[in-house]
Amino acid sequence: MSALFTSPLRIFWLALLACGMLAPLFLPTYYVSVATQILIFAVLAMSVDVLAGFAGRTPLCHGAIFGTSTYVVLYCAAHAGLPLPLAMLLGVLAATVLAAVFGLLAVRTSGVYFLLLTLALGLIVWGVCLRWTQVTGGENGLRGQLRAQVGLSSRELYAAVLFVVAIVTFAMWRFVRSPFGLTLRGVKDGESRMSSLGYNVPLHLIIAFTASGYFAGIAGALYAVFNDFVSPSTVQLSQSVSGLLMAIVGGIGTLFGAFVGAFLIIALEQAVSMFTERWLMVLGLTFIGIMIFAPEGVLGKARLIMAARKLQK
Amino acid sequence: MSKIITDRRSFLKSTTAAAALVGMPAIVRAQGASRPIKIGLLAPLTGVIAAGGKELVEGFEMYWEQVGKKVGDRAVEIVIEDDASNPDTSLQKARRLVEQGNVDFLFGNILANTGLAVANYVKGTGTPYFIPVIAADDLTQRTRIPNVIRVAGYTASQTARPLADWAYKQGYRKVATISQDYTFGHEQCGGFAQMFTELGGKITQQFWHPLNTADFSPYLGQLANLGVDAVFAMETGADATRFIQQYASFGLKGRIPLMGAMNATDQSVIRTMSNEAEGIVSCAHFAEGSKEPATVKFVADYEKRYQKLPSIYGFSHYSGAMWVAEALKTIKGNVEDRPLFLKTVLATELKDSPLGKTVKLDAYGNPIYDVSIRKVEKRADGKLWNVPITSYPQVSQFWKYDPETYMKQPPYSRDFQGIKS
Repeated sequence: MSALFTSPLRIFWLALLACGMLAPLFLPTYYVSVATQILIFAVLAMSVDVLAGFAGRTPLCHGAIFGTSTYVVLYCAAHAGLPLPLAMLLGVLAATVLAAVFGLLAVRTSGVYFLLLTLALGLIVWGVCLRWTQVTGGENGLRGQLRAQVGLSSRELYAAVLFVVAIVTFAMWRFVRSPFGLTLRGVKDGESRMSSLGYNVPLHLIIAFTASGYFAGIAGALYAVFNDFVSPSTVQLSQSVSGLLMAIVGGIGTLFGAFVGAFLIIALEQAVSMFTERWLMVLGLTFIGIMIFAPEGVLGKARLIMAARKLQK
Repeated sequence: MSKIITDRRSFLKSTTAAAALVGMPAIVRAQGASRPIKIGLLAPLTGVIAAGGKELVEGFEMYWEQVGKKVGDRAVEIVIEDDASNPDTSLQKARRLVEQGNVDFLFGNILANTGLAVANYVKGTGTPYFIPVIAADDLTQRTRIPNVIRVAGYTASQTARPLADWAYKQGYRKVATISQDYTFGHEQCGGFAQMFTELGGKITQQFWHPLNTADFSPYLGQLANLGVDAVFAMETGADATRFIQQYASFGLKGRIPLMGAMNATDQSVIRTMSNEAEGIVSCAHFAEGSKEPATVKFVADYEKRYQKLPSIYGFSHYSGAMWVAEALKTIKGNVEDRPLFLKTVLATELKDSPLGKTVKLDAYGNPIYDVSIRKVEKRADGKLWNVPITSYPQVSQFWKYDPETYMKQPPYSRDFQGIKS
């Protein structure tokens, strides 16, 4: 296990992290906002990866959990007049509770059934956000001026997000490497074996689901402050799919691959849409390419290559 | 299309240069006079309303081409961004246009949620933002943002009121409404229902159906048996097409008169239809079948340029561009002075628009129009168009209410339709 974290890789990551931290000092504010977005979505992708890559359950409802937190934060801070930190806390709490409920409903299934069940649960959230107009603003969504309320410039916001994301990333890393995380991996590799060893598999999965929802909720709360706006498009299926896609592109089961995935997808989206209206097509082709040539994701592939080199030595 | 791409390439080049200069905005500003005026146009070129987005760009470009892409001696540069019919993408693109593209002002959007998202963003940056299509009532009412102006646009409930008045005068006393279940629909139906019931009419029932309803039979079956004098339908896009078609195939056409919100019989809808849409009455500030010489000329020009009759999207962005250009002429292209620019736009009276009549904005940044009651008729060549049958002069977004009093009532929603019993 620790062989995967040999020093060159670690140095690579530290260097990348340093670059990420320094980026806003040199870039115009627009790029700062893109960088902020990448960090936030990386957390969403990591939360998906906790389930998909470590527990072997691929969820399609994390966009909804993420967006629930965004909705709650915006509602509490901009409409109910609560202070922002409290609103964010409530947002994360709402996401965690929602994830716990979803977990209770979903963990008994696996494979395609798990995928479909979580998809349906996510659609319920979307439906509620769309139809409960008095609270969610329906199609028009909710707006606020959260960033202005706390008086953060976009650079300061980036720094704050970076700080939170660093802590959350560390927490998730500890989580998947803890004995609990190893049990999850055991569940992924052989569910019946783990239960015959006496592990309470459903309980482990519920806890993993809830924890992953908690992390997605943190990302959602950050997104509320970053975007100052939320509408049903934040909780819709495509949000869940893009979170999953980022995790897959970066490398399922690599955790940090989420950063690579989020960066690639958001940066590509930005760059390609500048040149052509058919940017969605270019993105699609890129994903197909990645799936053909690096099905284990960018970071997964990089690790495989490194490991192969080491074997040759 | 290739032209847009070239624009984007040069946009990229110029923004790279601009990016190099971000540390020195003062210098960029000082070069003002020679620098082109940069307009950021947000249009849904992909997603659910892509067809409308394309017409929006067409109308906007047609105006700027006609005037040689300049205001006075200052060139005008248009940067087009695709908002993907999605509020989050829209917000992201608005950020890019303002923070990276350094545009002088923003224009466009079609869907209310995309417009509201961008409006919320420019509230913080102060960038002028013009919305000829976004009809969300409160943007020029209860939650007005000073730098958001609805040039050549309209509020959702504005034109539904004269239609209700007209309906009452036709002797209709019982009307049912059917509408897509979202704010734009709630507001148009609200305007109609409030006006109609205040006059003494009765709204028998209101149907709200989800966006993208494929089968209207459950609603049509009920509508047929309500015993109403007329039906008011608030539909857009493909829903409008399907509703009108099914209304006819259920045999309701000709039996119960059908009135539509302006978007239900917009060119973008009726262009592809035939007999089933004939005879529907709607109400709008623009009617492509008008005999007004200015309208006739605009429609002919547009048809020549794009081989189709102009829709509300094309018309609004053509006129909106004209409106802002007039204001810019007045201040000699000094777009850098934002307060002056916004004040001048608000004060500008648009004389040469395709409407053929002078239009001005009210104190809240929404136009006051002479509104036409229009009927869908067949032109000599068989194409459907909206022909005005009567008109209501000087209709403001507040109708005849006092703005202050009016804004004390809650915004229209599914639960509040202003119905007087």
